[in-house]
Amino acid sequence: MSKQPVAVVGVGQTKHVAARQDVSIAGLVREAAVRALADAELGWADIDAVVIGKAPDFFEGVMMPELYLAEALGAVGKPMLRVHTAGSVGGSTALVAANLVAAGVHGTVLTVAFEKQSESNAMWGLSLPIPFQQPLTAGAGGFFAPHVRAYMRRTGAPDTVGSLVAFKDRRNALKNPYAHLHEHDLTLERVQSSPMLWDPIRYSETCPSSDGACALVLTGARGAARAPRPPAWVHGGAMRSEPTIFAGKDYVSPQAGRDCAADVYRQAGVTDPRRQLDVVEMYVPFSWYEPMWLENLGFADQGEGWKLVEAGVTELDGDLPVNPSGGVLSSNPIGASGMIRFAEAALQVRGLAGEHQIDGARRALGHAYGGGAQFFSMWLVGSDRPGS
Amino acid sequence: MTTAAELLAGIPELAGAEPVTRVTIPARLEYTYSPGSAQARFLTALPEKRLLAERCPQCTRVYVPPRGACPTCGIATPEQLELPHTGTVTTFCIVNIAAKGLDVEVPYCYAYVLLDGAHVGLHARIGDTPYADVRIGQRVEAVWDDRRLGPSLASISHFRPTGEPDADPESYRRWM
Ligand SMILES: [Zn+2]
Repeated sequence: MSKQPVAVVGVGQTKHVAARQDVSIAGLVREAAVRALADAELGWADIDAVVIGKAPDFFEGVMMPELYLAEALGAVGKPMLRVHTAGSVGGSTALVAANLVAAGVHGTVLTVAFEKQSESNAMWGLSLPIPFQQPLTAGAGGFFAPHVRAYMRRTGAPDTVGSLVAFKDRRNALKNPYAHLHEHDLTLERVQSSPMLWDPIRYSETCPSSDGACALVLTGARGAARAPRPPAWVHGGAMRSEPTIFAGKDYVSPQAGRDCAADVYRQAGVTDPRRQLDVVEMYVPFSWYEPMWLENLGFADQGEGWKLVEAGVTELDGDLPVNPSGGVLSSNPIGASGMIRFAEAALQVRGLAGEHQIDGARRALGHAYGGGAQFFSMWLVGSDRPGS
Repeated sequence: MTTAAELLAGIPELAGAEPVTRVTIPARLEYTYSPGSAQARFLTALPEKRLLAERCPQCTRVYVPPRGACPTCGIATPEQLELPHTGTVTTFCIVNIAAKGLDVEVPYCYAYVLLDGAHVGLHARIGDTPYADVRIGQRVEAVWDDRRLGPSLASISHFRPTGEPDADPESYRRWM
């Protein structure tokens, strides 16, 4: 049986904010789902299955939220599936949904990811003591800060590179009505003088804590032909995992990330990602991860990622814009953050990204990572149907 | 859109009541942890101020704390060895904000210490030195906490600089 082509025909997001006190988790995910269906001009009856993802249940303290969200997502009488791969889950969830369409299991699939951080305590959830390690990891920032320092040491990158990324992403967010942070008065100097939380990571180089959801409608060639707006075609998608700790693990540029990107490029026939991709939505929760992932994803040689940042290559008007939406640094509903990257990549190649649209974008990469830099999920979407 | 207040206004018995938009539900969890034989050996050696590790028979990498199996080769690691209390800082950060539930005073220096002979870093606190002096490649040694000796890594209070010259980067480059 040959693989069916997969198209993104509907994209929906909530306006990401610090606290959505007006809705429950069910209301939040439904809002994103309704918007994705409206974009696709489809109704609940057109959906054959629902795939949902979020970060650990421990965050909000709601065990197996998919059970209680079935009716809010129109899944009654249909298959519903929960995915979890830590921070990369939004991407993995979209890929599981895409694979169901590609395999011909379901015709049209709704996929949704969310986090309601205002009802959760993620830093506590990520700092639980374990008996065989000293309890020293203060949230995700505390975990990743030593690896950022290792990158700086390895490459000799100037201290200012992280602030350039943070300032760029926050300015990009001003063009994205769904972004959480709209810091109109932010200056580069303010980023550089913001407090050190986990030295070398500063406050302004850190993602916010957001409530938000994202939803996609995925379908095959027949569904795409009926879609009212241009679809985004999935040209490649892959996931990779590796252990949190093993001798020789490269936290700065994990093997699993390199392998995942190579698989996606192979599927999409991409041999020179720097030249062949028009825009990247990359999972950058701490600003230094932009130069790190530029290397890991093959956009720069080892040790050279920070030079692209410094040269402005990843700016909105650079030749490889990274995170025109403002990225995770501007909105972080954890479980949804990966799917937002995938969704924003799709919006770019559909030409529907609004004010942060990159002119003529035909190929875009959506990227997510999670856990101790151990889970990776990526997809490459294009404006043309694969093989055409 | 109908607000919660408008909905309540339609119910005479609830006239004037504040709508409930948020409730706090405390949850407390306690787990019993079975460490398995490899970690049990490691934990029970700590009160004797001994650091037990295991070597993989295939790739020869040395794991501390030991796991009983090599995550790369997927085979049992029966060979045990004892490591010295000295090592090298391979990377670190200074934590300036307190995490709820973590019993550590801020600021503190959270480091990966590669014990001599090991191939994975141990998570440790660096102390007895100004944080501005902590650096990648610095040589350090364990400071045991005689009041807290027990089957837990709390037996090691922190690591402190030995004063030796910094380690050759080649000695730890692959094990950061
Ligand atoms: Zn091995």
